[in-house]
Amino acid sequence: MLVSKYKQHAVNMRKNILKMVTEAKSGHPGGSLSAVEILTALYFTQMDITQENLNSIERDRFVLSKGHASPVLYAVLCEKGFLLEEELCTFRKIGSRLQGHPSMRMLDGVDMSTGSLGQGISAAVGMALSNKAHQKPYRIYTLLGDGELQEGEVWEAAMCASHYQLDNLLAFVDFNGLQIDGNICDIMNPTPIDEKFKAFGWHVITLEDGNDIEQVIQACEEAKTIKGKPTVVIAKTVKGKGVSFMENQYTWHGVAPSVEQCEEAIQELEGGRS
Amino acid sequence: MAKIATREAYGKTLVELAEKDDHLFVLDADLSGSTKSGMMKKVAPHQHFNMGIAESNMMAVAAGMAASGNTVFASSFAMFATGRAYEQIRNSIAYPKLNVKICASHAGITVGEDGASHQTVEDISLMRGIPNMLVVCPADANAASEAVKAVYKKEGPCYVRLGRSGVDEVYTEGAVPFTLGKGNVLHKGEKVAIIACGMMVQEALLAKEQLQKEGINPTIVDMHTIKPIDEELLVSLAQTHTLFVTCEEHSIIGGLGSAVAEVLVQKAPRKQVMVGIRDLFGESGTPAELLSKYGLTAQHIVEAVKKNME
Repeated sequence: MLVSKYKQHAVNMRKNILKMVTEAKSGHPGGSLSAVEILTALYFTQMDITQENLNSIERDRFVLSKGHASPVLYAVLCEKGFLLEEELCTFRKIGSRLQGHPSMRMLDGVDMSTGSLGQGISAAVGMALSNKAHQKPYRIYTLLGDGELQEGEVWEAAMCASHYQLDNLLAFVDFNGLQIDGNICDIMNPTPIDEKFKAFGWHVITLEDGNDIEQVIQACEEAKTIKGKPTVVIAKTVKGKGVSFMENQYTWHGVAPSVEQCEEAIQELEGGRS
Repeated sequence: MAKIATREAYGKTLVELAEKDDHLFVLDADLSGSTKSGMMKKVAPHQHFNMGIAESNMMAVAAGMAASGNTVFASSFAMFATGRAYEQIRNSIAYPKLNVKICASHAGITVGEDGASHQTVEDISLMRGIPNMLVVCPADANAASEAVKAVYKKEGPCYVRLGRSGVDEVYTEGAVPFTLGKGNVLHKGEKVAIIACGMMVQEALLAKEQLQKEGINPTIVDMHTIKPIDEELLVSLAQTHTLFVTCEEHSIIGGLGSAVAEVLVQKAPRKQVMVGIRDLFGESGTPAELLSKYGLTAQHIVEAVKKNME
C-alpha cells in the first residue's frame, strides 16, 4: 500500500521534471530522472521536514551536491506541498526562485546553494560537523553524481567526514554510469567506487537497483545503525529512468525534450511504467 | 617599539571571541601555527577543526557550518585560501551570503624567503571581484584586532588580509578608530592625498615625514576597508587635493589602486599614481630586500609624489 503511494509520488515527480525542462527548453532531465526514488525515499520516509520547519536548521537537511539535477529537488519540494505546481513552469526563467542550479537564498526548502560539482558534499560535511559539535540529533543527507566523483574535492570531503567520524552523514552516489560527454568509465573512470569509499573509512552500501524505493529505504535504515563513520550508498540507477527513449542515453544529460517528446514521455509514465 | 605581525593580533583576538561564543568555529588547513588561528585552542579546543592540507574542502565545509547558524573563521596562507579555494569561496560562501570570515595570513611579498609560489599579489583583486564579499586589510596589529572584531559582528562573507612580518604600530592599542567601510585620515595635509592599506600605511607615514622636510604636506589615509571603498571620503578629498597616490603591497591590477580609481574616474577625476607591484611575481629574499626591489618603500612613495606634483 505504502509502496504504491511512493510509486505515485515518483510518477508525479517524473512528469514534473519533464514539464520543467521542456518549458525551460534547457536543463538536465537524465540525472534528475535517475534520482527520483532516492529523493522520494528521503523526503517521504526519512527526513523530518515540514512546512513549519522549512526554514529551520533544527531538522534533517539535504544537500544536492549534483546541483544540475535541480528539477528533481524542485519536484520533490512540490510533491511535499512546499512549492505550488504552477511555479514549476518558471524554472530557469528570469526572476524565478527556481534557478538553473538551486539557490538557498531564493527558495525555501533548499538547504544549500549548489551547482559547482564537488562542493555540496563538503558543505554537507560542514553541516554534519556542526550538528556533532552542538550535539544535535539531525541527520545530513547529500546526493552526488557518479561523474562528480572525478572532482578531487569529493575525496578531500570523504577524508574529512571519516576523520571526524560523521555518522550523522549519509551520502548517495547516483551511479547511472553516464556523464555529459559519455560513459563515466570512458571519460575518466571513477570505479571501483565502493572500494575507494571503503579505503577512505566509510561504511559502504551498494544497491543493485537504486530506482527501487524499498532498497533505498532499507539502505537509509541500515545507515542509521552505523556508528563512528559516515555511510555512502552507491545506488545503481538508470539515467533517464521511466522514459524509454531517454533511458541509458548520455545525450539526455543536459538536453530538453521537445513538446512532442515530452507528451510522449508523459503518456508512457501515465501508462504505469516507472 | 616592537614590531608585531597582524596575524598575531588575529590569533589573540580569536581567543577573546571564541571564549564567549560557542557558535564560533575556526578552521585551518594545517597552518594553524603560522596563521595563529590555533591560539584559540587553549580556550575552546572543540571549536577548532583542522581540515588538513585541503583548502577547497575547508572553504565549503566552512560554508556548511555557517549554513548551520555558526560564525566560521577559515584560515590559511592568503595564496591558498583565495587562490586554491577561489571558486569554493565564490560559489559556496559568497553566493549564498554565508557567515564565513576568511582570515588569511602571509599575504603579499613580505612572506619573504618562501618565494613567489607563496606570495600572493592578487588576492585583493580576486576577493574584491566577488559580489557580497567585504575586503579588509589592516595596517598594524592593533587595527587587525579591531578588524577581526568588526568582521565578527558583521553578518556575511568577509576577507581579512593579514601579513607574516612584523609592522610598526600605526595605532595605539585600545584607541583605534575602526568602522568598516570608513577610511581613517591619519594626517590632514594639502594637495596630495596618499591612500594606503596594510603594511604600506607605515611606509606612507614615513614618506610624509620626508616630504614635510621638503615642504610638501600630504594627507595620509589608512583605507583599511577596500570593499566597500569609502567613496564619500575619496570624493571629499578630491575637492581639496589634486594628486592621489595609492600604496599597496599588492599588484596595481585590481587592488586598492584600482578601487580608488574606479571611484575617482566616475565621480571626481583627479590625477592618480599607483605605488604597488607592477604585474610581476615576487621571489625569495628578506621582506626588506623585496620591498625595496619591488618599489614598496617610503622612498618610492616620496619619489612618486615629487615626480607627479604639478
